[in-house]
Amino acid sequence: MNVALEARHLTKRFGDVVANSGVNMRVERGTVHGLVGENGAGKSTLMNMVFGLYQPDDGEILLDGKTVHFSGPQEAIDMGLGMVHQHFKLVEPFTVLENVILGIEDAPLLGDAVSKARTKLEALEKSYGLEVNMDTPVEDLSVGERQRVEILKALYREAQILILDEPTGVLTPQETESLFEIIAKLRDEGKTILLITHKLGEIMAITNNVSVMRGGKVVAERVTSETSADELAELMVGRAVTKEVGKTVVKASEAILVVDGLCANDDTMHKALKGVSFAVRSGEILGIAGVSGNGQSELVEVITGMRAATAGEVFFDGVLTASSDDFLKADALRALGLGHVAEDRLKFGMVSDMSAAENSILGHQKDARYHKHGLLNPRLITEHCDDLMQKYDVRPPLSQLPVGGFSGGNQQKLAIGREVENNPKLLIVGQPTRGVDIGAIAFIHDRLVALRNAGCAILLVSSELEELMALADRLIVMCDGVVSGEGLPAKLSEKDIGLMMAGHKTPEHSGNVGGRVS
Amino acid sequence: MSSVATDNLPKWVNFGLIPFLNLATAFIVSGLVIWSLGEDPFLAMSLLLEGAFGYGEAVSYTFYYATHFIFTGLAVSIAFRAGLFNIGGEGQAIMGGVGILLAVTIGADLPSFVLIPLAILGGAVFGGAWAAIPAYLQAKRGSHIVITTIMFNFIAASILSYLLVGPLKREGAQSPESADIPDAAKLDPLSDFFGGLGFPEGPANSSLLIALVCVFLYWLFINRTHYGFGIRIVGLNPSAARFAGISSTKVIMISMILAGAMAGLMGLNEVLGVQHRLITNFTAGFGFVGIAVAFMGRNHPVGIVLAALLFGAIYQGGAELAFEMPSVTRDLVIMIQGLVILLAGALEHIYRSPLEKIFEKFNKPSKGEG
Amino acid sequence: MKRIIYVILALFLVASPQATMADEPKIALIYDLGGKFDKSFNEAAHNGGVAFESATGVSYHDFEPASEAQMEQAIKRFARRGYDLIIAIGISYATPLRKVAEDYPDMHFTVIDSHVDMPNVQSVSFKEHEGSYLVGMIAAMTSEKQKIGFIGGMDIPLIRKFASGYAQGARSINPDIEIIENMVGASPTAWNDPIRGGELARNQYARGADVIYSAAGPTGFGVIQAAKETDNYAIGVDSNQNHLAPGYVLTSMLKRVDRAVERAMLGAYNGNWHSGVEVLGLAEDGVDYALDEHNEHLITDDMRQRLAEARAKIISGEIVVNP
Repeated sequence: MNVALEARHLTKRFGDVVANSGVNMRVERGTVHGLVGENGAGKSTLMNMVFGLYQPDDGEILLDGKTVHFSGPQEAIDMGLGMVHQHFKLVEPFTVLENVILGIEDAPLLGDAVSKARTKLEALEKSYGLEVNMDTPVEDLSVGERQRVEILKALYREAQILILDEPTGVLTPQETESLFEIIAKLRDEGKTILLITHKLGEIMAITNNVSVMRGGKVVAERVTSETSADELAELMVGRAVTKEVGKTVVKASEAILVVDGLCANDDTMHKALKGVSFAVRSGEILGIAGVSGNGQSELVEVITGMRAATAGEVFFDGVLTASSDDFLKADALRALGLGHVAEDRLKFGMVSDMSAAENSILGHQKDARYHKHGLLNPRLITEHCDDLMQKYDVRPPLSQLPVGGFSGGNQQKLAIGREVENNPKLLIVGQPTRGVDIGAIAFIHDRLVALRNAGCAILLVSSELEELMALADRLIVMCDGVVSGEGLPAKLSEKDIGLMMAGHKTPEHSGNVGGRVS
Repeated sequence: MSSVATDNLPKWVNFGLIPFLNLATAFIVSGLVIWSLGEDPFLAMSLLLEGAFGYGEAVSYTFYYATHFIFTGLAVSIAFRAGLFNIGGEGQAIMGGVGILLAVTIGADLPSFVLIPLAILGGAVFGGAWAAIPAYLQAKRGSHIVITTIMFNFIAASILSYLLVGPLKREGAQSPESADIPDAAKLDPLSDFFGGLGFPEGPANSSLLIALVCVFLYWLFINRTHYGFGIRIVGLNPSAARFAGISSTKVIMISMILAGAMAGLMGLNEVLGVQHRLITNFTAGFGFVGIAVAFMGRNHPVGIVLAALLFGAIYQGGAELAFEMPSVTRDLVIMIQGLVILLAGALEHIYRSPLEKIFEKFNKPSKGEG
Repeated sequence: MKRIIYVILALFLVASPQATMADEPKIALIYDLGGKFDKSFNEAAHNGGVAFESATGVSYHDFEPASEAQMEQAIKRFARRGYDLIIAIGISYATPLRKVAEDYPDMHFTVIDSHVDMPNVQSVSFKEHEGSYLVGMIAAMTSEKQKIGFIGGMDIPLIRKFASGYAQGARSINPDIEIIENMVGASPTAWNDPIRGGELARNQYARGADVIYSAAGPTGFGVIQAAKETDNYAIGVDSNQNHLAPGYVLTSMLKRVDRAVERAMLGAYNGNWHSGVEVLGLAEDGVDYALDEHNEHLITDDMRQRLAEARAKIISGEIVVNP
């Protein structure tokens, strides 16, 4: 067996927390090796040690059977490691070529360096099918193309082992497919690929072997062809996971939210919404699918009173809440019965430096329930928070701990609990399970369905198609600020939705499968 | 994962040891400078301490300066809670002084128990109104509050000069100053209240009590009202404020007006307590010291009081030091004060990460045994 | 009044280092905000102190307050320590000194340029208008364009005395002479703003003035600098500033703060200090124009003659200079 990379008994502590404890892993040359695990299982720590960003407290790393010590990422790169991070590290106004050679220019004058690099890069692009125009500034590229630039950067530095950290999180199904084609090609050329993901479907589709991490340890190693997604899920969580959602039939009723011809700008004053119309009825979950950055965030912000509309109208429960003239702010909307679980928890929904107790009244801070003699009463607030923590299984149940000290899943449970406990008529939920571990995902899904069964309307924005397919009663797809498609989840295939996400209006029309966004 | 490594220091290190080390460094550096001038640094430091606490009147002076710094520290702190950098404490204090003087001039015939509340109101309203203009420009026009408040300091100083060489000028005076305030408006020295408890005579006056009441109100407002809650949300996470429907315009206005009111009350100490008249430049940079006080006090009510006391001691002891040691000029005293501000305010983190490393090492074996 | 000078001179001779008295007087000197070495008003006071020290061998204690708020504290501090005489320099001390003098009725204070009517305070001021009259004459006799300038610190009565005497002196030479007058500012920073002083001076020179008299403390450095740059004349103030730019400083209006300080100190030393108001003019040698090696070629014998005549007439009362 030809082992390219091996980790032996790697251990890393942060203060009291043991992030990796005695991790062993062997990656064979010329294979795609999957690394799965819940958030906080220790995947990132492991990869950061392999890439030289952290120094292990104990254990060793072997490349081609030889022990190596990296004091920084540059040494790892020199030894033939390459990493594509989840968040790209590119200089947007620079061209593809400039980004690729940045930091390793091969001549004192930039002109010479560029022309030398061009030949080498052309060859790379050809041999791996990584086609992207070398002279386009990165800011004009689609997300999928930017990812190719990151891969090219690694290959240009002659990486033999390529680490891809959650590479498909920002891609459409079609882009994912073409990424997998590239990965397959790289493997066939003899490169070794380490794929970090929490999507089990991808592991099953592309990897040769898979390591499962839980609680800072590798708990299982499997040959992919000899395992199943269900087994991997169980290994990740440590118990059997049920994916059933108990939806009951709710009688269709009047629309509680009507969005009509809505237009709005994003923060940079570019048009983000270009005439969006739809309605949500009580007792249904309306899912909004789409690659992130196509207007979903702005749509949610307008509906929840955080952003002004430039045209069109929003009616909530028969009240005009937003038009181009004026809009009700978030506090007024909450008073009308609108709940909001923000897609970016720590940016909007929570204040990470404040305690869980104070966060549990965010948005309801004027509510008389938390006041006594006209002053906010810490005892009442703490009681409220303790109550929420118990009902929504928030761990650890410490109401005075700053929210930043909780895991993503527990933050999200607190955020959802806060909104649900106020009995909203409409709950807007953005990315409810982003950065949330599998155990908590099931809990959150259960809660949302129970709320729907109780007659609440839910607008669910998610980039996880699986989640939308499982939860939504109806689905709309957004692309480039408009609704590009609509349908019932049961009647749509993943491929149909992928095409709509890429802007093809009609799902019947089968376009080129590898089509690009933008 | 990486966020685990921050802020795992015990409280006594965070609020005790680190400020102490910063302070010690400032004094060591100052000592080196004094030594290089050929003076004995230990003698200088003991003179400074002696000057600040060594005898009755010195203690009173220390408290008198501390009163200034509590007001201006609060003025910086309230705004900072909303994420605003209020550099305008100086100008707000000047205008507050004008408000106080106008109040006691207009109400000259009123008895003390009416006149002094009127003066408090005058100082708060004038200081608050002066802060409201930059606040409005920030909230509605996006003009950066640091720039506007600095500019407003200059404008306030010019207005004060105009008033003191013009409409408010004392009859027949050469220097720009107002007439004396009515006796009913004079604040009693603290020795009148606590003389029985051994509080020494001196300039410290009942405005210190007003300052302490303000500290309590500050705590109550920030931690126990939904306005204060909103201010903290805006300061920590403006996006979350939008999410919660907290109007940042309102928060900017409220926090700056309150900040200006606090700074404005500084005039009570100077105008009603000590000078008994309005003079130019009576703020003497105390508004800027408030920034250091707020930083060093970590914007915490108790911290602000302690930091104000520290700066009061440095001011009083420093003046005494310049007085006792001819080669220690007033500029050198300003340098010592600057070093404390630099190390306690701007460079407060220099000892943080080494200390964290030490404590990490220190904690590890103990965990292993347990 | 000339007697005083003789007394002083006599003391210079009598006093020798070893002639230290049994109990030396404790004397304090507190400057104005300009600081000890402002090459002007405060430095004159400092020079007076130095002269006293070298004459008697008795040292004194001095202090530079950092702000107006510290003035009262500084006086009090000396008073509390039982100083025999506390001398405060400048217009800002009127109120703080009065307050401390009330609290310490047995102590002695001298205040210069301010007026405090208390039984334990000696207030010394100067007839700046008389000295300004002489430098006004020099300006008018020197100016080729018969256009001269005045730059004052702040528009306060004290500075108006300078301006008024200057104008009267100039008009005594040429009743039609043109005088441009500017004040630097409205706040005490006006005394310490040479940049602004220079700007105003350049402006006046550009408008045709060729001699400018500045009565603005250290702000006047800017005026002298501008004179040098534009090849015109400036007139210094308070101390002898002729040496700052030889050939460009026509003369300086001397205000003998040094003598007043030295005299008060000697009074404490000899036990003949007395309270009350003293106003020192030409007759008392309290003001004068400066004549030294830097400007002797600029002041002709004819001019000296006319100046001597005017001085005599002012002293005799034949010429009345209005403040």
